[in-house]
Amino acid sequence: MPVIRVKDLSKEYLVADKQPGLIGTFRHFFSREYTSIKAVESIGFNIDRGEIVGFIGPNGAGKTTTLKMLCGLIHPTSGVVNVSGNIPSLRKYKFLKDITLVMGQKQQLIWDLPPIDSLKVNAAVYGIPDKEASYRIQELALMLDLKEELNRPVRKLSLGQRMKAELLASLLHRPSILFLDEPTLGLDVNSQLRVRDFLYNYNQKYQATIILTSHYMADITSLCKRILVIDKGQLFYDGPLAKLTQQFSPSRLVRLEFNEQINFSLLKHYGKIIKQDNYSVKLLINRNDLPQKINNLLNNFSIRDLEIADPPIEEIISKIYSNKIE
Amino acid sequence: MFKKLFTKKRSRIFNLYRVFRALFISQYALMVEYRAEIALWAISGTLPLIMLSLWSNSQAIYSFGYNPINLAHYFISAFVVRQFTAVWVMVSLEEDNLEGKISPYLLQPVPPIFRYLFSHISEQFSRLPLVLLMIFLLFLFKPNYFWLPNIGSLIISIGTIFIAFLLRFLIHWIFAMICFFTDKASSLERLLLIPYLFLSGMIAPLEAYPEQIKQFALLTPFPYILYLPSKMLSSQSFNQTINIEVLFIWIVVLSIVSVFTWRIGVKHYSAMGA
Ligand SMILES: Nc1ncnc2c1ncn2[C@@H]1O[C@H](COP(=O)(O)OP(=O)(O)OP(=O)(O)O)[C@@H](O)[C@H]1O
Ligand SMILES: [Mg+2]
Repeated sequence: MPVIRVKDLSKEYLVADKQPGLIGTFRHFFSREYTSIKAVESIGFNIDRGEIVGFIGPNGAGKTTTLKMLCGLIHPTSGVVNVSGNIPSLRKYKFLKDITLVMGQKQQLIWDLPPIDSLKVNAAVYGIPDKEASYRIQELALMLDLKEELNRPVRKLSLGQRMKAELLASLLHRPSILFLDEPTLGLDVNSQLRVRDFLYNYNQKYQATIILTSHYMADITSLCKRILVIDKGQLFYDGPLAKLTQQFSPSRLVRLEFNEQINFSLLKHYGKIIKQDNYSVKLLINRNDLPQKINNLLNNFSIRDLEIADPPIEEIISKIYSNKIE
Repeated sequence: MFKKLFTKKRSRIFNLYRVFRALFISQYALMVEYRAEIALWAISGTLPLIMLSLWSNSQAIYSFGYNPINLAHYFISAFVVRQFTAVWVMVSLEEDNLEGKISPYLLQPVPPIFRYLFSHISEQFSRLPLVLLMIFLLFLFKPNYFWLPNIGSLIISIGTIFIAFLLRFLIHWIFAMICFFTDKASSLERLLLIPYLFLSGMIAPLEAYPEQIKQFALLTPFPYILYLPSKMLSSQSFNQTINIEVLFIWIVVLSIVSVFTWRIGVKHYSAMGA
């Protein structure tokens, strides 16, 4: 039984057109014309309890819009959303206590106070008894590697520390469904790692369902077995990450190291040369020809080392985003 | 089933109390951070004292039944009432809207109005020492103005001040919903300032007004925000009948209106993309 069910979900935003200038403003005052922007168009998917799903797509694809519909902030224009048996846009208490939304670019902590003060307010808001709250704060702080930062005014924390405190505040009520919109935005590599580890542990510990958007592919590859790719409001791919690579990148990346200097032009008909050095080369070779071509390479050259890998996920994704693959 | 429903309600109310307490503590901490601004604010609320000094040399006050001493009591009371009925919810809501804090509030299981209400109340508490100090200084320099309301009328006054605050909060809250439609809503606060100044008894006690204007004013909510609690606090009798019914009708009407305007506001907020 899936915990999140989405069917034919669409969202159109109505935006009032305003002509520039005084006359435009005057006209705008009396009669408004609206353009509708199709942000999300008839998408559908089911997500089971405990899944971590990566939700990716280029800027403006409709990720944030979809997450907002899933947590009930905005009403769908049409279609069905059901999250653990609730219709999100009704924002029933029972539903609200079961979810959380974290937006990397928006903060809820009180800026001039230490996070601990905001945490106490949240504890009360969610009806968590004091003792239990301080136990949970300790536990989450440990998982997030937060210590005395919780007692320093938020404005004096670094971006990464703030984000971790933000996560702590959003998870104090132990929601079982997490909507995370770019939770690692602007964090350095180490902080990203921390947040990733944390989310993984949280998922393991509480069987939490997580939907995560990120423009850092490392977040997705390390956390999500399944990804949803959305582009121009439409669901473009839904499945395992590994399959996406196969489906959208027909080539594999072959790195060769030679014992002697070679004439690179000889390599041209084996595949596309990505990078070349004195003794080494990176080639993109079509999956279907791979065994044959490797065989030939080994026969014709004196090779010291050989490595076969998928091309970097970023490359595949950027290809998908720029519609080079149809 | 019934019992379950009942305990659920009760625990929800108890929880509101906990939210209040937590907000109180955090707000108090915030106020300690901002104490300089608070002091400035408290001083900026001294309009009644300025009015007092303007009126105190005038002979006209006798014509509407005041003398310098009870006029002083009225305006000093008005000063205190104003300090504890200050409302800035339009500015807060606008700020939260621009900073994108409304969305997380909407996703928390407590209606956002309570957040704003409670944080106002706690801030008012945090002003208490400051206001007491200012009153103390005032009496120190003007000992002939000194008076103490008896304990009974003090308690009634506190109650009336609280109701006055609620009334003012509701009015501002309803106006604050405009924040969801335009991003310059807080400038509309000035619109509320005009009737407040003239009808609440801020620039002169209502007795100074011509009869018709006075009668009109008493049908609006404004005198109940300042004039009524100030009279109570200064232990003065009323020369005319105050219609307490009018006050309660306003509270009921405004409460209902606020629920609807909130729904409309949030609906629009949500339609704009939250
Ligand atoms: N409040 C709004 N009013 C009108 N149009 C909007 C609004 N919010 C988003 N849109 C439009 O809807 C589309 C989807 O936006 P959305 O924010 O969901 O994209 P996204 O996938 O989250 O992008 P990003 O990666 O940049 O965060 C975009 O074309 C955007 O311009
Ligand atoms: Mg987005």
